[in-house]
Amino acid sequence: MRERDIITQRLGISRRDFMKFCSATAVAMGLDASFAPQIAQAITAARRPPVIWLHGQECTGCTETLLRPSHPTLDHLILDLISLDYHETLCAGGGHQAEQVMHQSIKENEGKFILVIEGAVPVKDGGVYCQVGGKPFVDTVREIGPKAAAVIAIGSCASWGGIQAAAPNPTGATGVPAILKEQTVVTIPGCPPNAQNFLSTVIYFLTFNKLPALDSKNRPLFAYGRLIHENCERRPHFDAGRFAGAFGDAGHRLGYCLFKLGCKGPVTHANCPIQLFCEVGSGAWPVGTGHPCFGCTEEGVGFNTPLFTQAKITIPTPAATPPPITTEQESQVTPLATTLTGAAVGVAVGAAMMAGKKATSEDEE
Amino acid sequence: MAKRIVVDPITRIEGHLRIECEIENGHVSKAWSSGTMWRGIELILQGKDPREAWIYTQRICGVCTTVHAIASVRAVENALGLEIPMNAQHIRNIIIAAHSIFDHIVHFYHLSALDWVDIVSATKADAKAAAKLAETLSPWKHNSAREFQETQDRLKKFISTGQLGVFASGYWGHPAMKLTPEVNLMAANHYFQALDYQRKINKVVAILGSKTPHIQNLAVGGVANPINPDSQSTLTIERLVYIKSLIDEVGDFISDVYQIDVAAIGAMYADWTGYGEGITNYLSVPEFPQDTKGETFLTPGGYIPSKNLSKFVEIKSFHDPYFEDNITESIKHAYYKGESNLHPYKGETEPNFTGFEDDGKYSWVKAPTFLGKPAQVGPLANVLAMFAAGHPPTVDNATRVLNIASSIAGTTLGPEILHSTIGRHAARAVRCGVLHDVINKEYNSLIANIGSGDYDTFNAPVFPKGEIQGVGMHEAPRGVLSHWVIIKDGQIKNYQCVVPSTWNAGPRNDNDEPGPYEAALHGTPVADPENPLEVLRTIHSFDPCLACAIHLYDPNRTELTQVTTNV
Repeated sequence: MRERDIITQRLGISRRDFMKFCSATAVAMGLDASFAPQIAQAITAARRPPVIWLHGQECTGCTETLLRPSHPTLDHLILDLISLDYHETLCAGGGHQAEQVMHQSIKENEGKFILVIEGAVPVKDGGVYCQVGGKPFVDTVREIGPKAAAVIAIGSCASWGGIQAAAPNPTGATGVPAILKEQTVVTIPGCPPNAQNFLSTVIYFLTFNKLPALDSKNRPLFAYGRLIHENCERRPHFDAGRFAGAFGDAGHRLGYCLFKLGCKGPVTHANCPIQLFCEVGSGAWPVGTGHPCFGCTEEGVGFNTPLFTQAKITIPTPAATPPPITTEQESQVTPLATTLTGAAVGVAVGAAMMAGKKATSEDEE
Repeated sequence: MAKRIVVDPITRIEGHLRIECEIENGHVSKAWSSGTMWRGIELILQGKDPREAWIYTQRICGVCTTVHAIASVRAVENALGLEIPMNAQHIRNIIIAAHSIFDHIVHFYHLSALDWVDIVSATKADAKAAAKLAETLSPWKHNSAREFQETQDRLKKFISTGQLGVFASGYWGHPAMKLTPEVNLMAANHYFQALDYQRKINKVVAILGSKTPHIQNLAVGGVANPINPDSQSTLTIERLVYIKSLIDEVGDFISDVYQIDVAAIGAMYADWTGYGEGITNYLSVPEFPQDTKGETFLTPGGYIPSKNLSKFVEIKSFHDPYFEDNITESIKHAYYKGESNLHPYKGETEPNFTGFEDDGKYSWVKAPTFLGKPAQVGPLANVLAMFAAGHPPTVDNATRVLNIASSIAGTTLGPEILHSTIGRHAARAVRCGVLHDVINKEYNSLIANIGSGDYDTFNAPVFPKGEIQGVGMHEAPRGVLSHWVIIKDGQIKNYQCVVPSTWNAGPRNDNDEPGPYEAALHGTPVADPENPLEVLRTIHSFDPCLACAIHLYDPNRTELTQVTTNV
């Protein structure tokens, strides 16, 4: 394909506008405008996928998570893997220079860029509680959302409103899926989410050219397909009825289950116990260090159920008792009996449900 | 004739900040700092269990993660008069120090260096000459010509793609950029290395705090990390040794890279030691408690009026009335109704948006005062207090940084240069060195305490009937943070946060005295009002964090950027 055709077809602008942009880019880089042809050549060659990152009602904690991983590192991500064309916390320039680059990128890459939204969208009183660029953030989301190839809501705020949506939700904070109802919005809840869950979603999309499989709340199954409770290293203590009763007590020091301290692992979908945080190895997640999960990834749990209130188990999972690997004729104990025994010494609230549930129930929702 | 410029948003900070300036004869003559976003976290806290307030307040900010958690548990403990086991103090202190080290490194290299360092110029450097220069300045092991060449090749390759991403909007080639291509390359190389070292020190936070951002190991009354050296499910000796090795690795980066880069860049921009002084009443609080009550500390803090170090008054404990009684917040120029100059325990937050009025209300940030005066907070205030108190690690680190800067500048640069835009960066680097000394001491204390057989980590809080109140103070990376809580019958009745960026970003107070940002901008040169890089330099030197400053309202985030008009 000729260069001219590439420009008009792929970038959707005239060659003249394109060359003007290249000259401006050269000057912006402190280079002579004669550098423009080289830039033009580079742009029409393989391009890094553009990413636009918007901030609503948030604390920047989701962005902050990107500083932690080594695969990829933040520098590798933004220098080699994607083209992060707008991001308020990272933009070298301020004010209108940054805005211009964003609008240019959206114009050039309509239908091709990845839109990441961090933060909740307040809708009360016409959305005045968060205004960006002189207009309510909700309007910006509605305007840019449909132009994106994919929309990713990072964090619980963007997924379902997060902390500011806690009662009495003074600003009417809501998640991006509630605004962009016509399109698929991938949600990566967590406060903040594990950076790897976000990065893996992006890289999945770039590698396989499709979105990962999602659950009913549009969460990637690879990260949110199981309850924390199902992969928790303290699960055998739960099944055996061994609980910590207070921080620092004998059970706590032996690594017993934190359910009675209010752990929300049994009602929270996330891969925290297996993905872990910040690449420091074993135990690097809340339950691992001894603190109950407070359900930050799960709508209706995090910032809703009090920290020390015991979770109401609504999605029972089978006890991790010895499975029927071999069935011996002489065996005195049948698998069913084992299950019942395990459950009987388990926590009262879970016991009745677990005994009555079949193994397949874990995948029902 | 004065020219009015507006910079909105200020990028490379947390949150949303608008700065308006009048420029006369190439210098800022008048400035307004206007903050802005309502999330309503204090309202959400009302009626909640005080034991979980920290989970909420920590989410005020993800950059200043941990600090609003620490201040919150301290406020509730202060209200209860609850003592904290020594293991819990040491674990908290290690987290505080590690988080602060990370924060200072990232602030310098990733949030503010691009105000001084021209990345595009670095592509024109002679990599060998750059390496030679770096090797004369520092014994750092990663200053070889090969590494510099790799960094330069990486930058060239990136720029030649034409997709500059977040770097597209930079001030490359701006007349205020003065470093040689070689120094720019050295700084660019360290920009990338700093990403590795911030990751290492953050690992310390993650091991103890479960994760970062937003740690999850605190409890009102101590920490949730059980200690039992003979269990596989707690803080094992392997975890502790890992922490120690990470601390050691980062120590070399602070002394051989960060402090030297700040000294060198500061010396090369020595004219900036004459700009950005602003408010010179300095407030800081003591940190790293060494007993169960918060009465002895590793680093001192206190108040210094009008940069007179001989008038330093030390704040002696977590319940020192000198701190607790002398803070008020003015709302004369902030979008709130009601009585001005209320004490935080009586603080109200009823909004009253009027639009931007030069002489009226123009910000969502309140204006806090100490003894009725505006005060500057942050690493500079803390370093000056520690210096005034004769704190040996501070004196050592300050002397080192100033000596290196003096030898590069070829003139003597004494502590008086610290009252400036560059001085705030220098103070942060000095404090980072002090923090490394602290984290080593804290690590040793934790090990010694466990070794003595003390495994206590938690004292259970018991809430009385009736009303109690408390303040939690914390010397955070951006300065003095205080949380004020009133608890009635075991439930939160009122909660107020007076945060570092409120102190610094605040508008004029009841006496129309400007806040620290506004005062510091006065006299700042602006070569090109269309590209007010110099304004960013002074503002960034404070390390703004606006999610913290305006944890209440922000309906007026008006047009992005800068309009330039003659007034």
